[in-house]
Amino acid sequence: MPIVEVINLRKSFGDVAALNGVNLTINRGEAFCLLGPDGAGKTTFLRILAGVMAANSGEIRILDQDIIKHPDAAKQSIGYLSQRFSLYPDLTVAENIDFYSRLFKISRQDNQIRKERLLEFSRLGPYVNRRTKHLSGGMKQKLALSCALIHTPKLLILDEPTTGVDPISRREFWKILYDFLADGLTILFATPYMDEAERASRVALLYGGQIINCDTPENLKRQFKYHLAELITDDNRQSRQLLQDKFGRNNVVFFGDKLHLKLEDYQTANSQIQQILQENRVNIVSLEQIAPGMEDVFVDAIA
Amino acid sequence: MPLPEISVEVSNLTRKFGDFIAVDDISFKVKRGEVFGFLGPNGAGKSTTIRMLCGIIPPTGGTGRVGGYSLGEENMKIKSIIGYMSQKFSLYDDLTALENLDFFSGIYPVPRNLRQNRIEEALEISRLGSRQDDITATLPVGLKQRLALVCSLMHRPEVLFLDEPTAGVDPISRREFWELIYRLSESGVTVFVTTHYMDEAEHCDRIALINAGKLITIGSPKQLKSNGQKILEIDCSNWQSAFEILRKSEGVIGECSLFGTKIHIMPKPYAETEIVKLLSSAGCDLISKREVMPSLEDVFVSFLSRGTE
Repeated sequence: MPIVEVINLRKSFGDVAALNGVNLTINRGEAFCLLGPDGAGKTTFLRILAGVMAANSGEIRILDQDIIKHPDAAKQSIGYLSQRFSLYPDLTVAENIDFYSRLFKISRQDNQIRKERLLEFSRLGPYVNRRTKHLSGGMKQKLALSCALIHTPKLLILDEPTTGVDPISRREFWKILYDFLADGLTILFATPYMDEAERASRVALLYGGQIINCDTPENLKRQFKYHLAELITDDNRQSRQLLQDKFGRNNVVFFGDKLHLKLEDYQTANSQIQQILQENRVNIVSLEQIAPGMEDVFVDAIA
Repeated sequence: MPLPEISVEVSNLTRKFGDFIAVDDISFKVKRGEVFGFLGPNGAGKSTTIRMLCGIIPPTGGTGRVGGYSLGEENMKIKSIIGYMSQKFSLYDDLTALENLDFFSGIYPVPRNLRQNRIEEALEISRLGSRQDDITATLPVGLKQRLALVCSLMHRPEVLFLDEPTAGVDPISRREFWELIYRLSESGVTVFVTTHYMDEAEHCDRIALINAGKLITIGSPKQLKSNGQKILEIDCSNWQSAFEILRKSEGVIGECSLFGTKIHIMPKPYAETEIVKLLSSAGCDLISKREVMPSLEDVFVSFLSRGTE
C-alpha cells in the first residue's frame, strides 16, 4: 500500500533543471533508499517531499493527502532530518527534545513517555543535561533523529543522516532505525554509504534529475550485465596499473584492499590476468569471480 | 638539503582544553611518501592532533617534528611545507574555480613565473577544465572537493593533511579523489588523512586508531586485521528477521552487525550452537556460516565498542 506517490515532479533553479520528471511510489513500512551522484537532485527531492520547498509542477500524494495543493496536510505525519539539522547548541539534550515536542503541540504526558523511550533507544540518557554543543558528532545525529521522531511520524525522511559519523555511531544510528522500522515506520533516506543502500527494501537511482532505475538491491544486482572479478595481489597498486592498460581505466578499480575488474567474460580474462601479472612478477593472492555489490551497480550506472 | 625520511614524528604529544584532555600522550612516526590513515570515533582528538601538526594550535605537552621542523619553534617553516584541507572547504564560494586557484597561489606564495604552469596543472589533475569559470558555490560537492585539494597543493607541500576530505561525497568522486592521493604519494608527498569510510582506510599504508585522545593501535591494514578477533559470518534467508532476533541476544552471542545483507558476529565463547538455535526459531534457513577475517570496520568496532558514548 503506497504511502508516497510522486508523479512527473519537476523543479528548476533558473535554467538548471534539478528534477526533470520524477516518478516514484513508496510503500508502507519500506526502508527506501535514494541513491545518486553529487548534484543529482537528491536533496531537492527530499526537501520537496518534506514540504520545505515548492515544486514547479507534478503531483505528490503522501498518506492520501495532496501535498502540492495542501503543503501542510501531512506535516504532522512526516519527520525530516536535513543535512544541516537545526539543533540548538546552547540547549541541553532534554531541552532540544522538549522544544521540538512543543512545536508539534505534544501533550506533557505524551512527551514524557516518548522522550524516555527515545533517550533509551539513542542511549543518550546519561547526557540529558549536557548542552548540545558539547556532544560528539555521532551523539548529535542521534539527538537530531530523536527530535525528528518525537511527534511519532509515519514517514521519516533522512538526508544523508550518517555523513561524517564514525562506524560505531553509524551502527547505533541504524539500530534505532531498525527498531522503528519493526514498529511500522516508513523511511526514505539518501546516503553516500553503499552498505546502507544494500540493506534498503528498494533503491531508486536518481541521475540527471530522473529516476533511471528503481528496484530491490537484489534485482538491481541481477541486472548487472558484466562479469566481475575480485583480485588480491602482493602489489595492488602495480597490478591496477598493469590491468588498466589491458582492460581500460574504468574497468579496474580499488575496492578496499582488493581490486574489482569489470569484464566481458571471466574465463577469457582469467588467463590474461594471470599472464600479465606473472610477466611483471606480481604474485596473486586470490582471484575469483564474484557477485556484484551495490557499489558496482552504482558505478556502472553512473560512470 | 635532502628531505627527511621521517615526515611526521610526535612524542608524548598532549593537548588539554581546561580539564579536558583532547589528545593524551600520543607518539608515532610517519615515513615520507606514506599514506597514513588517522582513524577514530567522533570527538576522539583527530582534528585537534592535525591542528597541532599544522601549527594552528600549540601542544600543551610533548614534542613533534613535521618535515624535520620542530613544532612550536619552527611553525612558520612548517606552514610553508604543508598543505591542509579540512572537511569544511576553505574555498571562496563567490569566486570562480580559476580565481580560487589564483588566490591560493598568491597567498602561499607561489613565485610569479611558476603560477601559470601550476594553475594549468591543477586544472588538469582535478579535471575541472570545462568548469573553471563556474562560480565555486555552484559546483557539485565532488568537484569542489577536488578543487580544494589542488588549491592546497599550489605551493607543492611535502606533507599534506586531509581532515575528512570525502565526507558526504559519492562513491565515484571518492574514487577519483583517492586516485589523486595515490599519485601524490607516488611522487613522494606524505599524506596524513582522516576518514570514516573504512574502504578508504584500507587504501592507507598504515593506520593509527585513536580513542578518547589515546593511541589505541597502529599498523598496516593487514596487520590490524590479522591481529583482530575472528568474525563469524552468517548468510541466511530472511536476513532482516535473522538480524532482529540475533541482536536481541547480543549479550549471549556477541556483538552483531549487518555487513551488506550478511550478518557479522564477534562471537562469545560457545555462541555457535545458540546462534543456530536462534536462526531456526526465527524460521531462517542457514545458507552458510564461516569464520572470516575481520574487515577494518570489525577491527574498529572491536577496539572501540567498549567505552564509547
